[in-house]
Amino acid sequence: MSRTTLDLWVGFFVAVGLGALLFLALKVGNLASSSSGDTYAIQAKFDNIGGLKVRGAVKSAGVVVGRVAEIAFDPEAYLAVVTIKVDARYKFPRDTFATINTSGLLGEQYIGFEVGGDTEMLKAGDTVKKTQSAVVLEKLISQFMFNKAAENGDKTAENGAKK
Amino acid sequence: MDNSLTRALRGLGQQFTSRIWRLGYASRFFLALLLHSGTALRRLHLTIREIYFTGVLSLIIILVSGLFVGMVLGLQGYDTLARYGSTEALGVLVSLSLVRELGPVVAALLFASRAGSAITAEIGMMKATEQLSAMEMMAVDPIARVVAPRFWGGVISMPLLAALFSAMGIFGGYLVGVQLIGVDEGSFWSQMQAAVDFREDIVNGVIKSFVFGIIVSWVAVFEGYDAEPTAEGVSGATTRTVVTSSLAILAADFILTAFMFTGA
Repeated sequence: MSRTTLDLWVGFFVAVGLGALLFLALKVGNLASSSSGDTYAIQAKFDNIGGLKVRGAVKSAGVVVGRVAEIAFDPEAYLAVVTIKVDARYKFPRDTFATINTSGLLGEQYIGFEVGGDTEMLKAGDTVKKTQSAVVLEKLISQFMFNKAAENGDKTAENGAKK
Repeated sequence: MDNSLTRALRGLGQQFTSRIWRLGYASRFFLALLLHSGTALRRLHLTIREIYFTGVLSLIIILVSGLFVGMVLGLQGYDTLARYGSTEALGVLVSLSLVRELGPVVAALLFASRAGSAITAEIGMMKATEQLSAMEMMAVDPIARVVAPRFWGGVISMPLLAALFSAMGIFGGYLVGVQLIGVDEGSFWSQMQAAVDFREDIVNGVIKSFVFGIIVSWVAVFEGYDAEPTAEGVSGATTRTVVTSSLAILAADFILTAFMFTGA
């Protein structure tokens, strides 16, 4: 079978098409960053995870150090159990404090690690002891309103007593 | 009055039955096509020739339309996002809409009108000039020799064309958003990379375009093979190819999207 110009064009077409796929995978998608290296799994229990999602970021000092691998519900303690895969390059002390934060006012939620001072490090399968739940904006606002209302109520009661 | 009513009902029933009959014939044709695909894959140069005609010759229209669609997305997306003060998300908007929907769907629609109609017209003319019958006389199966290579050529070309369309569109969005309007380049790319998932978005987009490739190629070769062997028959079949495959692409897109992108 002899090679023809037609083969050249088809080869060019297939190469360019595969190149476009590669561009989409590496430059547009996050294939390069998500599949890098070894991880170890640790767990954290939260009262309320808010809008946290699987594959959400886990950050320490603002740097992404892992990803949320699984979110489950503990039917006995009524808590959310979040499994986190942490990059094997990073070790964290056992008294690390896990909080659920929001990036920006309306951004997506992520887990933040605030590092403690313990000399022993978290190992695969460990559970983070201290956690803080997501802030529910409605609760915060209603709490604020109730406090205000209660204060005003006290004042009017005092005024009434003076008279 | 009674007479015309029964005639109308009878006509409707006949239309319906003939549609079902055609659908059955098309399915049987598809099975025969798959069974005879061995030859098309063994004699690869036949398929390569068809990839040249359907894929390479569609490159220009796909690349240019992709660029313009991406540039329009950049302008419109910027205009809307600017109201919410989140113009950095322009990259996310452009890339997700292209990779998930516009890339596969618009590329498939262009492919149907550029390559699908050509396939139908070619096979229809071969039938009208009795080339297909002549092949049968020489004990050459026209489904294996003519139909299957065209079908596989289309199926192979479609995902590559859709990927090129998406890549070109994202480049167009980059040109308008970053170079022309002045969205920050770093956040354009980094937010895009954070939001686009390889398996969820890109692989699903490729699966979509693969399914659309099968639909368009199937409709095109069937309409050509089933065309009435006259000049009017071939022109009618070409029109039916574009109409049927465009509708089928949009319907299949709805079904695929419902399966792929629902839930968290």
